[in-house]
Amino acid sequence: MPEEIIASKTTPTGWDRVAATPEFRGLITAKKVFIIPVFLFFLVYYFTLPVVVGLAPHFMSTKVIGGANLAYVFALSQFVVAWLIAWRYLKAAGKFDLRVQEIVAKADESRGGE
Amino acid sequence: MSVSLLVFLAFIAITLGITYWASKRSSGATAYFAASRQLTGAQNGIAVAGDYMSAAAFLGLVGIIAFQGYDGFLFPVGGFVAYVTVLLVVAEPLRNSGKYTMADVLAYRMRPRPVKAMASVSTLTICTFYMIAQMVGAGALVALLLKDSGISYRTAVVGVGILMIVYVVFGGMLATTWVQIIKAILMMAGATVLSILVLAHFHFSMGAFFAAAGHVAYHNNGQAVVKDFLQPGLRYKPPYGTLDLVSLGLGLVFGTAGLPHILVRFYTVPDAKTARKSVMWAMVLIGSFFIMTSILGLGAAAIVGPDYIATHGGNNMSTPLLAQRLAGNLFFAFISAVAFATILAVVAGLTISASTSFAHDFWTSTVHKGAERHLGEEVRVARVAAFGVGAVAIAIAVLLGPAANVGFLTTLAQAVAASANFPVIVLAMFWRRFNTWGAVTGLAVGLVSSIGLILVSPSLMGVDASSVSGAARHVIQARAWFPLENPGILSIPLGFLGAFVGTLLSDEPAAGSKFNEMLVRSQTGLGAEEAASY
Repeated sequence: MPEEIIASKTTPTGWDRVAATPEFRGLITAKKVFIIPVFLFFLVYYFTLPVVVGLAPHFMSTKVIGGANLAYVFALSQFVVAWLIAWRYLKAAGKFDLRVQEIVAKADESRGGE
Repeated sequence: MSVSLLVFLAFIAITLGITYWASKRSSGATAYFAASRQLTGAQNGIAVAGDYMSAAAFLGLVGIIAFQGYDGFLFPVGGFVAYVTVLLVVAEPLRNSGKYTMADVLAYRMRPRPVKAMASVSTLTICTFYMIAQMVGAGALVALLLKDSGISYRTAVVGVGILMIVYVVFGGMLATTWVQIIKAILMMAGATVLSILVLAHFHFSMGAFFAAAGHVAYHNNGQAVVKDFLQPGLRYKPPYGTLDLVSLGLGLVFGTAGLPHILVRFYTVPDAKTARKSVMWAMVLIGSFFIMTSILGLGAAAIVGPDYIATHGGNNMSTPLLAQRLAGNLFFAFISAVAFATILAVVAGLTISASTSFAHDFWTSTVHKGAERHLGEEVRVARVAAFGVGAVAIAIAVLLGPAANVGFLTTLAQAVAASANFPVIVLAMFWRRFNTWGAVTGLAVGLVSSIGLILVSPSLMGVDASSVSGAARHVIQARAWFPLENPGILSIPLGFLGAFVGTLLSDEPAAGSKFNEMLVRSQTGLGAEEAASY
C-alpha cells in the first residue's frame, strides 16, 4: 500500500475520496438494500422455530406429511431457507462484484497507474 | 478392535505424509499462518466444514438426539443456519481487512495493543474450552474402544496431543487444512452410508421410520416409558424451556461468526469472492451432514435404544453403536476411526488458531509493539506456542479424566464467541464511532458475563440426590442462580452494551477518521492482503 494515501488525519485521504464517490456510495446502498432485509427475514424465520416449539410443543407434534410432524418439517425448512438465502446472495454478490471492479478501476486511475 | 486401529493408523500415516509435504513446500509467515492464501473455494469450504463438524457434532449431536429426540435436533439446526450470518455479515469484510486473525479486524482502526491483547485472551479462552472437550472425548472414546488392546485413556490423550502438535508445528495451516479436508470427506462418507443403512432398516419408508421414532421405549429413573422422540419438550421444559431454546439459538447464530478457528479460515483464500465460495461449499456439506444427524440420532433411539446405549458407553457412543448394530464390527471400527480422525483434525485446527493468535496478536502486536524483532520471529513463536497449547490441553485432559462432564464446554465456547467476539467484530466494521475502549470493554464484558452465567447455570449448579454420583453429579451443590443452560440471551446484549458504554465514555477521533479507510477496504478489497506466490 502506497504510504501517501494513508497519510494525514486532517486532510481527506485517498480512502476518504473513494468513500465519497457515487460509485462507492451506490455499492454500500445496494448491499444494504439486499443484506439488511434478507438478514432480518432470516432472523425472524429462524427464531420463530424455538419460540413456537417451546410454547406449543403439542400443536407442533401434529403429523403433517409422511409421518413427520410439523416441528420436524419446520426444522427441515430452516435448512432449505438458509440454502435459498445463500443462493440468492451468491447471485446478488455477483452484481456487487461488478460495482467493486468499477470502483477499483477508478481508484487505480486516480492514483496515476502506480 | 484391531480394524479400528488399522484404519486409524492409516489415517495417521497419510496425514503425517501430508505434514511432511506441507513442511517442504511452505516457508514464511503467510505460508505458515494462512496457507499462502492460495486455497480454492472448494478446499477451504470443505476445511471449514471439517472444522465445524467436530466430534461434538458426529458423536455429541447424534447422542443428544438419541436421548432427547427433537429438542436435540435444534442444536444442529441453529448450528447450520448460523452460516447465513457468517456469509452475509463477516466472511468477506473479514478477508478484505485482516491479515491472520480476527483481532486484525478489531484493531484496524484502534490502538492495537490493548485491543489485540484482549482479543487474544478471548481467542485463547474459546480455543482452550473447545480443545479440552475434544481431548477428553478422544481419550474416553479410545479407552472404551481399544480397551482390549491395552491403550489407556492417558496414552490416548497424550497420543492425540502429540500428533496435533506435529501437524501444527511442522505443517502449519496447509497441513492442518488437508488433514481437515480428508477427515471431512471420510466423515461425510461415513454419515451418508450410515444414514442409508438406517433408512434401509425401515425399507426406505419414511412413514415407518417416523413411526418408530414416535414410539421409543426406554427406562427413565428406573421407570419404563414410551416417548414420542419427534415431539418437542424432552429436554427443554416449561417454565424456562422456550427462553433457553431462544438463548441457545442466539448463541449459535451469532457465536459461529465469532469462532476464531472458523474465522482464520477465510484468510487462506486469495480474495473475498473465494471466501464467499468457501462459505457456500461449507453450507452444502454442513447442511447435509446436520440433516443426517437427525436420521442417525432418531435411528439410534429407535433401532439401538437409549437403554442399550446408556449401558454401552453412554450417549456419545450412539453413532458407533448404531453402526455396529446395522453393519457389524467392521463398520463400527470404521466409524470409530472416523471419530478419532475428527477429534485429531479439529484439535489441530484449534491449536493453530490459538497459537497464531498468541504469536500474532499477543507476542508481536502487544508485547513488541507490532514489529518482529527479527525475520521469522512470529512463526517461531507460533510453533513454540503450539507446543505450549498442546501441553496444557494434554495436562488438563489427563487431570480431568475420562468421566469428566465436558459437554457444557462447547456451549461455553460458542457463548463466549457470541457474547465477546461477535459484537465487537460487527461494531468494528459498521459503527464509525466505535473505538479502542469500546472494543476492550465489549470483549471483557462479553467474556466475563458468558463465563459467569454458565458458572451459575444448571449446567454446573444443582442439588442432586445422594444416589447421583460421578459425572452426572453437579459440580456446585446449590440451586442454580441463573435458570438457563445457555447464557446468550443475556450475555450477548451485555457484550454489546459493554462495547457501547466503553465507546461513549471515551473519545478517540483517530478511530473514527480511519473508518472510511476500513469501510472501503472491507467492502472492495482494495489494499487487501494478497496471495503469496511460490
